[in-house]
Amino acid sequence: MLGLNSRDFKLFAIVCIMALVAPILLNPFPTDSALGQSFNAGYPALMQRFVIFGILAIGFNILFGLTGYLSFGHAAFLGMGSYAAVWMFKLLSYNVLPAIVLSVIVAGIFAVVIGYVSLRRSGIYFSILTLAFAQMSYQLAYSVFTPITNGETGLQVYNADPQILMSPGDPTSPHLFGITMNGQTQVDMGGWSFVFQNGYYLAALFLIASFYLSIRIFRSPMGLMLRAIKSNQTRMSYVGLNTKPYMLAAFVISGMYAGLAGGLLAAMDPLTGAERMFWTASGEIVVMAILGGVGTLIGPVLGAGLIKYLENIVSKINDGILHSWFSFLPDWLDNLLVTVIHPFIGKGWHLTLGLLFMAVVIFLPGGLVQGGQKIMGLFGRNKKSDAKDGAKTPAE
Amino acid sequence: MDAIILQILNGLDKGSAYALIALGLTLIFGTLGVVNFAHGALFMVGAFVAVTVQKLFSLSYIEIDETRTDFLGNPLKVEMPYIDHWFGSATGAWMQDWSVPLSILVVVPFMFLVGFVLERGLIKHFYKRPHADQILVTFGLAIVIGEIIKALYGANPIQTPPPSAFLGTVDVGVMLGFEPNAIAYPTWRMVYFAFSAVIIACVFAFLQFTTFGMVVRAGMADRETVGMLGIDIDKRFTFMFGLAAAVAGMAGVMYAPILSPHYNIGMDFLVLSFVVVVVGGMGSLPGAVLAGFMLGILQSFASMNEVKALIPGIDQIIIYLVAIIILLTRPRGLMGRKGVMEE
Amino acid sequence: MSILEVKGVNKRFGGLQALGDVNLSVQENTVHAIIGPNGAGKSTLLNVLVGKLIPDSGSVMFDGQSVLGRKPHEIAQMGISRVFQTPEIFSDLSVMENVIIPCFAKRDGAFRMHGIESVASEAGITEQAEKMLDEVNMLDKRHMTASSLSRGDKRRLEMAMCLVQEPRLLLLDEPTAGMARADTENTIQLLKDIRKQRGITMAIIEHDMNVVFSLAERITVLAQGTPLVEDTPDKIKDHPKVREAYLGEAQV
Repeated sequence: MLGLNSRDFKLFAIVCIMALVAPILLNPFPTDSALGQSFNAGYPALMQRFVIFGILAIGFNILFGLTGYLSFGHAAFLGMGSYAAVWMFKLLSYNVLPAIVLSVIVAGIFAVVIGYVSLRRSGIYFSILTLAFAQMSYQLAYSVFTPITNGETGLQVYNADPQILMSPGDPTSPHLFGITMNGQTQVDMGGWSFVFQNGYYLAALFLIASFYLSIRIFRSPMGLMLRAIKSNQTRMSYVGLNTKPYMLAAFVISGMYAGLAGGLLAAMDPLTGAERMFWTASGEIVVMAILGGVGTLIGPVLGAGLIKYLENIVSKINDGILHSWFSFLPDWLDNLLVTVIHPFIGKGWHLTLGLLFMAVVIFLPGGLVQGGQKIMGLFGRNKKSDAKDGAKTPAE
Repeated sequence: MDAIILQILNGLDKGSAYALIALGLTLIFGTLGVVNFAHGALFMVGAFVAVTVQKLFSLSYIEIDETRTDFLGNPLKVEMPYIDHWFGSATGAWMQDWSVPLSILVVVPFMFLVGFVLERGLIKHFYKRPHADQILVTFGLAIVIGEIIKALYGANPIQTPPPSAFLGTVDVGVMLGFEPNAIAYPTWRMVYFAFSAVIIACVFAFLQFTTFGMVVRAGMADRETVGMLGIDIDKRFTFMFGLAAAVAGMAGVMYAPILSPHYNIGMDFLVLSFVVVVVGGMGSLPGAVLAGFMLGILQSFASMNEVKALIPGIDQIIIYLVAIIILLTRPRGLMGRKGVMEE
Repeated sequence: MSILEVKGVNKRFGGLQALGDVNLSVQENTVHAIIGPNGAGKSTLLNVLVGKLIPDSGSVMFDGQSVLGRKPHEIAQMGISRVFQTPEIFSDLSVMENVIIPCFAKRDGAFRMHGIESVASEAGITEQAEKMLDEVNMLDKRHMTASSLSRGDKRRLEMAMCLVQEPRLLLLDEPTAGMARADTENTIQLLKDIRKQRGITMAIIEHDMNVVFSLAERITVLAQGTPLVEDTPDKIKDHPKVREAYLGEAQV
């Protein structure tokens, strides 16, 4: 269906449903309960991040997952996309459509230039070249390009901005033909309250479209060529295939995904700064893809979701919350546990992230998806052959 | 002319740090075939060893000085550093003053140990894994080390002064026949450069003139063959990892007075050092040193006001720009060998 | 009719004259072997033919068109396929995918942006690949990952990848190097079958005289970068100059 085989279609359907009912699904605990305060993720600001970074990771995966070219500068395209979108808000109006379109185009143009140069090298040289370009963009955004980027203050919309297409009565925040991004409907049911936000649903639709496109690319002849490039470039050229345009196409598509993510970030919150292009941001994208499972379809989305979720949850937990969890234990044990866990929570989130990341690379190089397959493999020997098959095709 | 000499001097200390880190990175890559993204973190650990030693030396207990009184007439309470108490106040004061150079004595065995533990505990499992995995796991390690430092020492830079004897500047200009004060150069940076030069020379001499170094060099050229000769190359490579860590650690200790250590310097220096290694040519030790100094000096030239007026922002991007140009014109860096890291 | 014409090709590496005034003509529909002792310039010549090396002077014409200065993928698109000493296959992909890729290359050229329609929907291509795999008796292995194949099967697969493109000229670089006796025999048989069924033009670079004499219809002997003689296998066997150059001292 929809040009997908039945397995892919199932996966796609699951992603669609998950994305659409996320506001309900991610609020499993009553809103005012202790668990709800700590673990509920179904509020718009966080869900937006899930889907937007999901889009980013899907795009990154088209490059790294299929071709094996590790870009360490992908955040640059995210940043450029955001700048482009905010400029559209400043010059035209708060309508997100031109902003998102331009952010994709701008990221695409930069990806053509950066990709054309970087792809002349492979291996770690490629990684360093992309890193160098991203760092240059970051540094320049803070210095020479201040007129465009507004330097350290960050770019935002001011009252004095032209906004030539803005007519009186238009919303004064990002909107899609009058539907404001921050507009929301709250539904209260018992102890639960679910928030359905316009902005989230716009981003979710883009995620669904991005995911669909990525399945099509994975299953297409081009996807096959890209995997072949990862496997053996010599044979590629002796078969009569020119690897360069294939690589460039993958790089540009991947950059445009990042631009789209950047544009959406700006559409949710119309300001941006150069820190979005910093190399740690690029590193985070890599982490998401690896954590989920590089080269698999769903992995990067899972990775992005998990990282953003953990970031949110772990950095929110503090000693007080821990004490309340362990209150049933004897005091000394309670204090001991809190002391032990303390460095990993709150501001220590990055430490947890680093450890988690190392653990995945060491024990689970295939990421969460492979982990899931392993667990599935444990159940029933008759399914074993199935699992093996699944590991070979770049499926799921 | 004097301005140019000043910029060259300015570039030397940064260049020395780049060269030392790049040297270690190259040693690890050349011998173990591992791309170590945590090497900047080792440099940072070195810098924080200096911080720690300085703190330890100033650890004090409260002593009541019966001979003096405070303004209320009570016996004066004074802070008595333990080392003053143990070694006498003259030696104690000297040790506090010289805590940064003295940290070298601590950092060498400490970093060897760290290197040994890392290699045996983590890196060795990654020899056969793809380079991307090595990059990723060491990248994770770098995050972890950075965060541990942050948890222990906080996020703010910590001032770590050099011995007072090296606090001032040296008027290099006078020595070269310029006007007085035309080229005034901080003494400690001079010390740093000299120190780095000695370390670099030692590493090269070690590789050149000892049997051990010879085996390691042979191993860098062709690991399998050397392995077949019945030489236990693995043990030597473990030692090399320790050595590389110690070099990074020493570079970090001595750099602490120049740049107050904070938990991010590891990453800052790593990115630049990697660019240095790639520019020098992956796997080439002389290339790493050459590129380190070259980029350090270029960076300091680019931050001259005259140059900045000509090309705005050039000081921020010069290293990356040079890296891009070199990689495109000389695919394997300045002195790189063919086929390294290109799969 | 000659399909490949090499005229006056020279190539120096520093002080070493790797190829000196090489003239060679491969006739259509023959198996032409190029033999010679180590360092005779066989590999250099092959690399010139496929565009990996550019000679200092001379010309290489394939089917009336110059191949010099063209990139390997352009030369491949002209109809020259190459089999390597150690099989170059897509190890991470399935056997089927390995054969599908050359089919696309043949149909769509060096690059085509086809990122939307799925591979599975290309019935013609799939059918073509399956037919090819059947021909080399590997259809039952089509879902296996290529890296898990035996050495002989990898060679077979590589051959299938070349043949499915129906090349005008198949270049073979020591196709039996390092193979066990049985594998060598199998490979010879495979090549003979291909020759018989498809009538394909082949140029073989080979060390193993057994292979050469069981396959070749023409032989060129290369020594120190220069062709010594070119003749039929029977004549080459007894040629005194060949015995001298190739087998060491002539047994006079």
